[in-house]
Amino acid sequence: MTSFPASQLILSAIFLVCIATTVVGALIAALTARIIRSVCGLAICCIGLAGLYYFLHSPFLALMEILIYVGAVCVTIVFAVMLAEPEETVRDEDRGAGLLWGAFALVVSALIFWGLWRLGAQQDWTAPVNRVSDGSISAIGKSLLTTYSMAFELISLALLVAIIGALAVARTGRTKP
Amino acid sequence: MTPLPLPDRPEIYYVTAAFLLAIGILGLLRRRTLIGMLISGELIFSAASLNLMAFNRFRAPDPAVGQIFVLFIMGLAAAEIAIALSIIIAVYRNYRSVKTRELTELNG
Repeated sequence: MTSFPASQLILSAIFLVCIATTVVGALIAALTARIIRSVCGLAICCIGLAGLYYFLHSPFLALMEILIYVGAVCVTIVFAVMLAEPEETVRDEDRGAGLLWGAFALVVSALIFWGLWRLGAQQDWTAPVNRVSDGSISAIGKSLLTTYSMAFELISLALLVAIIGALAVARTGRTKP
Repeated sequence: MTPLPLPDRPEIYYVTAAFLLAIGILGLLRRRTLIGMLISGELIFSAASLNLMAFNRFRAPDPAVGQIFVLFIMGLAAAEIAIALSIIIAVYRNYRSVKTRELTELNG
């Protein structure tokens, strides 16, 4: 294969760093008390996911993940956090109920994770034999403009409706200065 | 036969996607504000995208299909975020709060 020494080892190390970034980011996003840290955790998780997409032979989607999620979604959520001040304060009287509810949520998510772990790790996922395209950016572009042109147009329409709807919803209730 | 290198093993991607889904559901159940629930929803979206991409890489005969699907998921997630945040801001204007416990006007 490659002549560079220990290249496979370095590759595996980078892969593990991507996995760890994704997992730690998701943990930060779900478990911290302050919302702004949770947004930062989402951004970290998306950067790790972009690395995983790169390992899945799709540099285009890795770029899109960083561009859309980190660049647009997280920044928009930060704006909403600044406008709406959603700080979570746990009052003393419902601390016990909150703890109980947290334990219930933990059990539910652990059950889902256990089931999917078994399904994913114990099946025999053999690779398919023949590929009809190479999955490169030019193949994506051709498919977008031929086979999936209808969905492509529809999603642009959906984005337009979303923008207009967001403006219309957020505008009500504002008084003129 | 030497074992596959780590990035070429599909189980790792599947288990990571399952973890993302589980942690997203945990956050969705645990959070008490609308924005926190929205962030957990984004984690669940990411889990679905990663799972689709892994199946696209290891199982699909046409590797372009999964990438286009995930691209559409990203576009719809962006639209969903825009709508949801504008609704959250409208709710905050009316109630001065985005805590789910205090938004109980429709509670029966």
